[in-house]
Formats: sequence, C-alpha cells, structure tokens
Amino acid sequence: MKRALVWLAAVAGAAVSVIPFYWMVVAATHDDGELFASPPPFLPGGELMSNLVALESTIHFSRVMATSLWTAVVYTALSALVSAMCGYGLAKYRFRGRGLLLGTVLATMMIPFQVLLVPLFQMMASVGWVDSYQAIIVPFLANSFGIFLMRQAFLDFPDELLESGRLDGAGDLRIFYGIVLPCVRPQLGALVIFTFMAQWNAFIWPLLMLNSEERFTVPVALNHLIGLSHVDYAGLMLGAFLATLPLTLVFLLFQRQFVSGLLGGALKG
Amino acid sequence: MKPRMRPRTNPGASLPTSPASPGSSPGAAVPAALPAPAGTAPAVRRSRTAPWVFAGPAAALFLVFFAYPLAASFVQSLQTTDGGVTRWAGAEQYTRMLDDPSFLRSLANVALILVVQVPVMIGLALALAYVLNQSWLRWRATLRTAYFLPAVTTLVAYAVVFRVLLKTDGGAVNQILGTQVDWLNDPFWARVALIASITWRWAGYNAIILLAGLQAVGREQYEAAAIDGAGALTTFLRVILPQLRPVVLFCSITSTIGTLQLFDEPLVLTGGGPADATLTPILYLYQVGFRQFDFGYAAAIAWVVVALVGGLSYLQFRYLGRERP
Repeated sequence: MKRALVWLAAVAGAAVSVIPFYWMVVAATHDDGELFASPPPFLPGGELMSNLVALESTIHFSRVMATSLWTAVVYTALSALVSAMCGYGLAKYRFRGRGLLLGTVLATMMIPFQVLLVPLFQMMASVGWVDSYQAIIVPFLANSFGIFLMRQAFLDFPDELLESGRLDGAGDLRIFYGIVLPCVRPQLGALVIFTFMAQWNAFIWPLLMLNSEERFTVPVALNHLIGLSHVDYAGLMLGAFLATLPLTLVFLLFQRQFVSGLLGGALKG
Repeated sequence: MKPRMRPRTNPGASLPTSPASPGSSPGAAVPAALPAPAGTAPAVRRSRTAPWVFAGPAAALFLVFFAYPLAASFVQSLQTTDGGVTRWAGAEQYTRMLDDPSFLRSLANVALILVVQVPVMIGLALALAYVLNQSWLRWRATLRTAYFLPAVTTLVAYAVVFRVLLKTDGGAVNQILGTQVDWLNDPFWARVALIASITWRWAGYNAIILLAGLQAVGREQYEAAAIDGAGALTTFLRVILPQLRPVVLFCSITSTIGTLQLFDEPLVLTGGGPADATLTPILYLYQVGFRQFDFGYAAAIAWVVVALVGGLSYLQFRYLGRERP
C-alpha cells in the first residue's frame, strides 16, 4: 500500500519532468490561435509544416541549426584533442612549469568564467573577431574540466605499455595516438558528449559575440525570436523542440555514456 | 566542477622535481634511459620538448584567453572611465555596489534561491534517488530516464518553453489551474516561476548523481541496520546519508555555483524583471557591461561573484565536507 503510493508519486513526478517535452511537440504542431485557445490543445495538431515554413522565413532556422552543429563539432574535436594532449602531458611527464599548469587548470575550474567576459570582449574587438565564428570557438578551446578528466584517465594508464612502445622505437606522439588514446575511448567519449553539449548550449558568450542573424547559433536565435515585437509562439516552440531534439536523441541512444559524460567522472573513485 | 582527486600511489606525482637547475647546460635533455631517481615512476619521461608538444597548446590558450583577461579584469575593476578617459579608481567600483539598489537586489535574489531552492531541490533529489534505487519499483529504468531528461535540454530552449507555458493570457498553466496569475510580471510569482523552472531542470540531474552514490552503498549495510532493528528512515538518516556526504557536498557546491552564475533563465524568462525581482548578479553584470558599457563596474561585479563562489564553496567544504563529527 505504502509502496503503491510512493510509486504513484514517482510516476507523477516523472510526468512533470516529461510533460514540457510533450507540450513542446503539441505546441510546435498548432498555430498560435489554437495554442492559446481554451481549453488548450492536448494532442499534436497538423500545423507542423506551416510552422516550419514560418520559422524558416523568420530566421532561416535550418541555417541556424547548421551553424550550431558545425561550430559545435569543430569546437568539440579541437577542444577534446587539446584537452587529451594536455592531460597526457600532465599525467605522464615531469617538466618545469607542470605544477603551475596544473594549478591553472584547477583555478579555471573554480573561477567563474564570467569574470573574463569584459576583457575577452575587448580582445575580440581589438582583433576584429566580433561577429565571427572563430570568436565562439577559439577562446574556450582549452577546457580545464576536460584536461582534468583526461589526466585522471591517463594516470591510470600503465607505464609499462609506454615503455614497451618506446623500446619498439615509437616516438612520443606515435605512442600517444597509437597506444594510449585508443585505450581511453570511454573517457574520451564522455568528454566528447560533455563538450558538445556545453557548446551546443553555450549562450552568454555567443550572445555577446554574434550580431548578425546569419551567424546566430540556436540559443541566440531562440532568444532573438522571443524578443521580436510580434512573437510567433508556435514557431518558437518548434525552434525549442528542434534545439532539444539532437541531444535528446543522443541521450536516449547512448544513455550510459551520456550520463557519465554529464556527471563527468564526478563520482569516479 | 572539480572531480574528487583520488589518492594516488603513483610516487612523485605530487612532487614537482626540478630536473635541470638554472646552471645546468641548456638543451641537454635527461635521457629517458637514465636510471630514474627514487620516487619517480620509471616510464615517466624527463624531456624538454616532448611534454610541451602535449601541454603547449593548452598552456598557450590559457595564457592568452585566461591568465591575461583575468589580470586585465582585475585591473579594470580598479579603474573608471569618464568621457573616454580612464583613471585609477581604487576601491571606488566596489564601494559603489553598496549604494546600488539593483546590485543589492540581485544579491538578495540569489540569496533567496540559495536558501530556498537549493536545499529543497537537493532534499527532493535525495528522496528521488532513494526511491529510484528501490528494487521493487516498477518501470525503474524508464522513470530514471524520465527524471534525467530535463538535464539534457538547452537552457535557453527550456526557458522559452516555460515562458510560453506561463503566459498570462491563454498560457497552459493558467488554463489548467483555471487561474489568471501574472506569472512573469508579478514580482512574487516571477520568483516562483524562476525557482520552479530551475528545479525542474536540475532536480533529476542531482538525483542521478546521488543515485550513483547510493548504488555504491553495499546491500549488507541495509541488512545490518535492519537486524539492529532500525526502521527505513533511521537507516537512511543514520547509516546511508553519512556515507553520501561527499556526493551531497558535490551537489550542493555545484548548485551553489550554478545559482551564483544564473543568467540564461532569468534573461529569457523575465529579463530580470519585474522591478529587478529576478535580477541575478551575472545578468546585472551583462546589463552594466554590455548595455551601459561600464566595463570597470562590470569587472568589479564579476570579482564579487568570484569571491562569493570561492567563499561559499569553502564554507560548504568546511562544514559539509568534514568527516564524521
């Protein structure tokens, strides 16, 4: 009896978690008139195509999605590479400045990045990078969280394997790409998911950097849509739905990796 | 957030040995074949160039895009610009905050969230994690997925959805409740809406972290407590919760930091209004720095947020993180 009540409460709570997603689908397939009618619609409607067309004509949303996608892919690839290499250097080499670098990594994790906004903005302005793609990709490529995650992974990597690689005459880089990197695929996968998601969701920095509509990423575009004098709510909901769709699909397909990516090894050990 | 460091058996990992004293001949990299000094793992190489091939790109990026702007931001916070002329201002920008009702309002707003929303959400997440860990729970895997789903949504996208759901005229929430609450334009209800949205987004996320912590607790501990005659609640509070302390600490610190940096949701939901009722320090920083272009003041606000993040993290570490009393 008690268990049944707890179960019901758990199901009700789960419904609260999921309903906004369902409602997004419902809202994205009605027009504004139906959306705010009384009673509100509870089932998906038939206006998906016309909403798509409207959204496309207001802000060219397919281009927005494409921009978000390719900038996030480029950012993720470069950032994961930089992080993995730096993590490896910190884990497997002794060198001068290592302590300072490790300290910097820890500091960037603890210092809110917003403190950098004003000087970074001025730096971007002075090199003419405002309203450019590189401005949203380059400054945050060194990801302290990723470096730390990869360093932890490489610390666990057996030194004997490195040694045997060296005896075989492999150079440092060759050992890294050929032997080490393939062994940390799970952590690398988690890092890639985490990094991609962070970039896909990034808002305040792209909002500051991107001024022209043809360079908007998804969050900036949604924020732009809600600020228009005439808000097309159905289109907005369709945009929010499309913004959420890729990550939701990846999450449903790769739940384990996704969760470990989001938790980012917080519980490792 | 910083993952916990595990104690390492890797000797020398924490000892930055200095391989070459300034006087030694430059460029003479210590050969790897040299017998490693005691306390250094054998395969750990002492080379001059190789480590920088790996660490160099990140180090350069940190120097240009972290160290420099960090220093610049601090200098800026001690300056003021009037009519294009920048002059030294000392602590002026910082004392200015004390008489700035908007800034004080923004601090009070996040304080309210820290005192109300964070504990409620973590309590909720704990209860959720406990329930989701019960083997008798039907549809357990599906329920876990459902609770985690909000953590996958883009912040701006979910804020947009809540904004439309909470629309005063014809919004789904008002329609279903049969009310005419002006959710986003009334100071009280706007705060409620903001707190409810954040809780929706993050409660499940924290529950999944806590659940992972719960799963590390052995079954035999529940059984031992049951044999000693402890009820479910006593077992949880006295036996399980103390072991979860590091995980609860992690959730509480990340939530605190997240609250202090709140920006996306208030900007999209309410724009910080009405009458600054949902203004947050970072949103205010954004307005001051990039609407009024008062860079010095914006930098000073940022440093206050840095200090708050550091201070509150330290306090939580100190009081939640200590071992059993």
